[in-house]
Amino acid sequence: MSVRVGDELPPLEIEITRTLIVAGAIASRDYQDVHHDPESARQKGSPDIFMNILTTNGLVGRYITDHFGPTAALRKVAVRLGAPNHPGDTMVLTGRVEAVDADTAVVRVTGDNGIGRHVTGTVTVTLPARGPA
Amino acid sequence: MEDDAADLSARLKAYEGMPATVAGRGKDPVNLPMIRHWCEALGDTNPAYTGPDAIAPPTMLQAWTMGGLAGHTARTTAYDELLGLLDMAGCTAVVATDCEQEYLRPLRPGDELTFDTVIESVSDRKTTKLGAGYFVTTRTDIRAAGELAGTHRFRILKYAPARQQQPPSRDRRPRPVVNRDNAGFWAGVERHELLIQRCTDCRSLRFPWLPGCTACGCLDWDTVRAVGEGTVHSYVVMHHPPFPAFDPPYAVGLIELAEGVRMVSNVIGVPYDKVRIGMPVRLEFRRYDEELVLPVFRGGTV
Repeated sequence: MSVRVGDELPPLEIEITRTLIVAGAIASRDYQDVHHDPESARQKGSPDIFMNILTTNGLVGRYITDHFGPTAALRKVAVRLGAPNHPGDTMVLTGRVEAVDADTAVVRVTGDNGIGRHVTGTVTVTLPARGPA
Repeated sequence: MEDDAADLSARLKAYEGMPATVAGRGKDPVNLPMIRHWCEALGDTNPAYTGPDAIAPPTMLQAWTMGGLAGHTARTTAYDELLGLLDMAGCTAVVATDCEQEYLRPLRPGDELTFDTVIESVSDRKTTKLGAGYFVTTRTDIRAAGELAGTHRFRILKYAPARQQQPPSRDRRPRPVVNRDNAGFWAGVERHELLIQRCTDCRSLRFPWLPGCTACGCLDWDTVRAVGEGTVHSYVVMHHPPFPAFDPPYAVGLIELAEGVRMVSNVIGVPYDKVRIGMPVRLEFRRYDEELVLPVFRGGTV
């Protein structure tokens, strides 16, 4: 697969269901109550439960490997969270190739939801020398 | 207060560079069931994570180090003290804000992980949308069979919750207090009329409604219906504290009516940060719920 600076990845739409938030929190062994208990989330100033950072991180990684294929190897994933992902929202991930050096690409990823920018991230990924057949 | 804050900041900073976890061990070796649960939850169908040559999704790195419901066993007293100080300062809530991971080699089922975490930095006190608090940044080195497999930098915000959110259905504007002295005003609002009191003796206009004339003390009055033109005499922007049914930030205007009296009201139709002194506004009546109508002032379109 030839990758050039400026390449845009097709957007990935993710429905933020209550199930995704809770399943992601438990699969990442994160039992903070704000990720599964709406009443506790409200007591801590949030209108509802919200997605944990490990799930967001995992979804950003998935977005990259979905696009570049199973032979792509993640080297670095850095994310910063903004507007939280609450149930009932939709997050749209978009990506743009910022740098290419030999077999390694740096992709800038953003994820926007209904209330703003949920995540900005940078992923460094090593791509197979020859594209998948 | 200032001294207390400075003192707390200094005490928090003292933890920079101290270990948070020493010789932590992953509670489970890297394993296919946890990988599968992760992939199911995230909808990740990457074939690299299944089959005999499966690797773990690299972004699972932190998951292998989590304490779960039983908590961490290798956490240092330094880290517990730091979190305890923040709890005592009212910063009882926590949210993660940043995660930076580097993957040096893939993790495979059977890998036994060990890890060490150091407290990299503690920020000064910051005001955020969630509440005021401190950012704590840690770095964790994760090893498989003693060999560095990945690093994980993590930033959390420990904060004092700014407010307790109520479900929206309970959020109703406060009711006006209607009494004998101001009943005529609220009766006017019901008819979409903004009524100003006028002294029948000295003819002075007065607002808000009062039993006697502020100029001559006369108790007799009649009313004048405001034409509805006005200007912003002054204003404030409310950021904090939040009240139910109000959505900060919003502008509260002191409106000077064409008749010369002033009243406090909302300025609508203009972003809160675009309201200006001298801005012309026009009276409108806005319904907030089935029983509450209030006079408000629209700017920007006059």
